[in-house]
Amino acid sequence: MEQYTIYDQDVLVVGAGGSGLRAAISIRQAGLSCGIVTKSLLGKAHTVMAEGGAAAALGNMGEPDNWKVHFKDTMKGGRFLNNPRIVEIFAKEAPDRVRELEEYGAVFDRTPEGLISQRPFGGHTYRRLNHVGDRTGLELIRTLQDKVVSYKPTVYMEHTLTRLLMDGDRAVGAFGYNRQTGEFVVFRAKAIVFATGGWGRMYKFTSNSWESTGDGAGMAYDAGAELMDMEMVQFHPTGMLWPPGVRGILVTEAVRGDGGILKNNKGERFMFNPEYMPELYKGQYAETEEEGYRWLTDKANNRRPPELLPRDVVSRAIYKEVLAGRGSEHGGIYLDVSQMGADYIKRRLPSMWEQFYSLGGIDITKQPMEIYPTIHYTMGGIWTEAETCSTSIKGLFAAGESAAGLHGANRLGGNSLTDILVFGKRAGDHAAEFAKNADFGKIDSSQIEDEANILLAPFTNQGKENPFKITQELQEAMQEGAMIARTEESLTKALDKVIELQERAKSIHVEGDRAYNPGWHTARDIRFMLKTSEIICRCALERKESRGAQWRLDYPDASEEWGKINIIARRDGDAVKLIHRPVPAMAPELAAMFEEIK
Amino acid sequence: MRDKVTIRLFRGNANGGTETDYEVTTFPGMVVLDAIHQIQGTQDSTVACRWNCKAAKCGSCSAEINGRPRLMCKSHVEDFADSNGVIRVHPLKTFPLIKDLVTDVSINYKTAEKIPPLTVSEEIPRPFKMQQIDVERIQEFRKCIECFLCQDVCHVLRDHNRKDGYFGPRFMIKIAALNMHPLDSENRLRQLKEEGGIGYCNITKCCEEVCPEHIHLTDNGIIPLKERVADYYYDPLKILIRKIVGSKK
Repeated sequence: MEQYTIYDQDVLVVGAGGSGLRAAISIRQAGLSCGIVTKSLLGKAHTVMAEGGAAAALGNMGEPDNWKVHFKDTMKGGRFLNNPRIVEIFAKEAPDRVRELEEYGAVFDRTPEGLISQRPFGGHTYRRLNHVGDRTGLELIRTLQDKVVSYKPTVYMEHTLTRLLMDGDRAVGAFGYNRQTGEFVVFRAKAIVFATGGWGRMYKFTSNSWESTGDGAGMAYDAGAELMDMEMVQFHPTGMLWPPGVRGILVTEAVRGDGGILKNNKGERFMFNPEYMPELYKGQYAETEEEGYRWLTDKANNRRPPELLPRDVVSRAIYKEVLAGRGSEHGGIYLDVSQMGADYIKRRLPSMWEQFYSLGGIDITKQPMEIYPTIHYTMGGIWTEAETCSTSIKGLFAAGESAAGLHGANRLGGNSLTDILVFGKRAGDHAAEFAKNADFGKIDSSQIEDEANILLAPFTNQGKENPFKITQELQEAMQEGAMIARTEESLTKALDKVIELQERAKSIHVEGDRAYNPGWHTARDIRFMLKTSEIICRCALERKESRGAQWRLDYPDASEEWGKINIIARRDGDAVKLIHRPVPAMAPELAAMFEEIK
Repeated sequence: MRDKVTIRLFRGNANGGTETDYEVTTFPGMVVLDAIHQIQGTQDSTVACRWNCKAAKCGSCSAEINGRPRLMCKSHVEDFADSNGVIRVHPLKTFPLIKDLVTDVSINYKTAEKIPPLTVSEEIPRPFKMQQIDVERIQEFRKCIECFLCQDVCHVLRDHNRKDGYFGPRFMIKIAALNMHPLDSENRLRQLKEEGGIGYCNITKCCEEVCPEHIHLTDNGIIPLKERVADYYYDPLKILIRKIVGSKK
């Protein structure tokens, strides 16, 4: 049997992005020991990539904003596939979490009155995104990092977990390896919080880092947890397009919130084309370019420009423009903010200026950017209960991007940074509560042996498959078949390819030893990526309608019946079992409120 | 632009290592990190490097490219290839080597633990009111992505190995961001002078030169802090006033 080191913690937090760190703060405040496991160094998680801001209805901008409007916007943005109770908790608690962040040391941009400044964003009725220039995610993660460190948890940097360890039907630990040495590790815990992020790495053009391989969802699924809304993958309308070396890197929505306009190769602001305006948003956006420009300086008397429609809408419009031959030189669309002037741009969007200047060789104060939708976020994930963030596995909690239910079929920009604060705290609080009344449980060592064998197989395997090659083929297949526009044919083709790759992945062979060996790491990551991709394709095939991020060319309309159903995916032996579960009903007072402010 | 360049890559671990040449195929906009990925994917999957965002926002892919501390994701191959099409890529020299381009930067995390977080007195009214002009200068320091290139280039740490005596530029500006925070009530000058070792910095500004976020670490951070420390410890009038009216905790 392979050697491994055992670590005991009252609560184990997997993932050190915003939700993991916020959970850890709560766990330490509750007086329990806490281990934080992260695949990278501390402070490098995907949260740093968030740019625009954290949405919370503080109402600092002289507009009549409150949690109810935020609730309504989020439900609408999610095309009513969201769990209304989760959204209610979120909208109500978001302002407190943002203020608390300031207490921890975050330094947001200020209004003339000295309060936190809020910026407009797609799908939000009022200016609601609390921000620091265009690097809000960095501010958030650094603030939480500094705070959590002062509570002295144990941080296991560069450790990868690959298997949830069970005691009967309860999660009591996790198994994996130390990336630096390759040594195996076993964590035993009374409760576990998954804050493991999303899985945007399955696509070729992605704004996601190497970490977004879906191991959290994959481990939970392997252990029998329910996943939900897996077909809902968000395509951010504006990813960098040219040169190829930068393709997919995110261009923040704040560019549009701060006056950036979208143009096709004829110089038209195509978002004003009434064809692109969904019924749900009619009458709420500027209908002339003049009004759109006036809104920049007079928000009270004008409606926002349609460039600020939710992400799914803008991504589809870009797709259609390019398809109609009105695309840019390299097959995208132009995003132009140069008319706002160099001083304004460098103050409001400093990191975008730097990103285009140093990576793309473009000065955005003088030239338009070329952009195309890029994979950005996964709305689906591990099913969680609204109040406690508990999952369908006892002892396992989930928060942030790895969890499902808040964003429904489409996430509004800015809701993710507050998601991780609100539900990071809740997951931490409730995991601590659970751990106080639980023991460490018993781990049957056959689970460890089984996983150790899976991990080590690529070294002794006689096969010839290269893990990077399989990753690349998977990314191409998903990009081709499960992107913005989907059909039964394209999804089936992607799924067939995924299944073929799952077979081939069994013959992966890697060289070298276990110390910091990327080929070896990828050999295990790819199994999670393949399983998660399979589930995405199956759920997207199952949902025979278009709703939010799921755009089926063969079922172009939203259907009333499908609007009442969340698709649940659960493991059934080697097969993926899909279950239709009714979307939780809105409590009468919420439904009534919805009518009242509509 | 050349079709191919040669990455002269340091391969090794704590026991030593050598340079190995890898030929890579270029494409428009290719950065050094792309080249390393190409090597991993097609030539040698054991090449170790750190990276995350590939957009100069996380500070993971620090290395020494042609001897200069740089982010690999922000360094175009065409800017760094010499007349023979060769680019030398080495790990950060100041930190102990783990493998290839991966170094042990844990000392930075240990230093961070020594710095108390923002402390705001209960008496300050909530929500906080601060003016943009008052927070702007600390926002500059808070742009830091913790790539540790400044720590790598700092000669106190690099050439004199005084990691025991000086926190390094990254942590000078971290303390500056707290010390200059309008609402912070902690006295941070003692830490700066004593265990922080601010006196070690002799303002060569190398840290400013390598900062990918263009933070003016020395001009806006370390120099004003040095002045505050000097004022606090060596200004006789201020010492007298403190004796009479008391000081921050």
